[in-house]
Amino acid sequence: MNSQGSDHHDAFFAMEVDLPYCELNIEQIQVKVASELCSRDYPKEGVFAVRLAIEEALVNAYRHGNKKDADKRVTFECSIDSTSARFEVSDEGPGFDISSVPDPTDEANLEIPSGRGLLLMREYMTQVEFVPPGNRVRMHYQRLAE
Amino acid sequence: MAAQASRLKVSQIGAVTQIEFVDRNILDESNIQQISDEICGLIDDQPTPLVLIRFGNVEHLSSAALGALITINNRIKGKDGKLRLTEIDAQIREVFTITKLDKIFLIFDDADEAMASLT
Repeated sequence: MNSQGSDHHDAFFAMEVDLPYCELNIEQIQVKVASELCSRDYPKEGVFAVRLAIEEALVNAYRHGNKKDADKRVTFECSIDSTSARFEVSDEGPGFDISSVPDPTDEANLEIPSGRGLLLMREYMTQVEFVPPGNRVRMHYQRLAE
Repeated sequence: MAAQASRLKVSQIGAVTQIEFVDRNILDESNIQQISDEICGLIDDQPTPLVLIRFGNVEHLSSAALGALITINNRIKGKDGKLRLTEIDAQIREVFTITKLDKIFLIFDDADEAMASLT
């Protein structure tokens, strides 16, 4: 895990992880990101949102992007300052057509166990963008003015 | 290979199987699979399962965990049983609302009320 930044709570923090999924420690990434957000006094709702979105993006990269091949690589990048946090997750898959993803909140899909990760990422982050062909997602969390 | 330690605290209260989680974060795929397998095993042991899941200890929960809960709910319904969820943190409760899973799960703020609805 490569990271840069300073202890000062207003400082810019950046981190990049590029590993086979089997070597990726998602919890360690989440804890580090949460720690950086907390040190900048992000609200707990924001920390919760970011942790959840990171989890969903990384698991999606493994499950859907890399088709559960734990030897394939997943890349995670983030940059955090006192007002916003940006994340980018990419996988080795061919990408996907985002319009082909069924709406999990549709009555007919409610009892299907999978397919909610994308919904949660979009709900909890300020902006979510899939870079064509769809194997890279950019997420942005903008801290609200207090 | 040594058996994995349970990720659940299970107690039987009359006919009701009460389940609590050891983990504060229900995120990791392998942990979720283990939790799902353990609960499904408990359901399979009962003719008409009555299950209360308490989330009092849980701070984070992913969509994979929601998927496991749906699988558990489907299995309980398949045996004409009942599932109730309770003591869900407000932020996690919002996850149920966003995903509209509050339409298929019966969620109670109070564990006693949840228990009463099962018996």
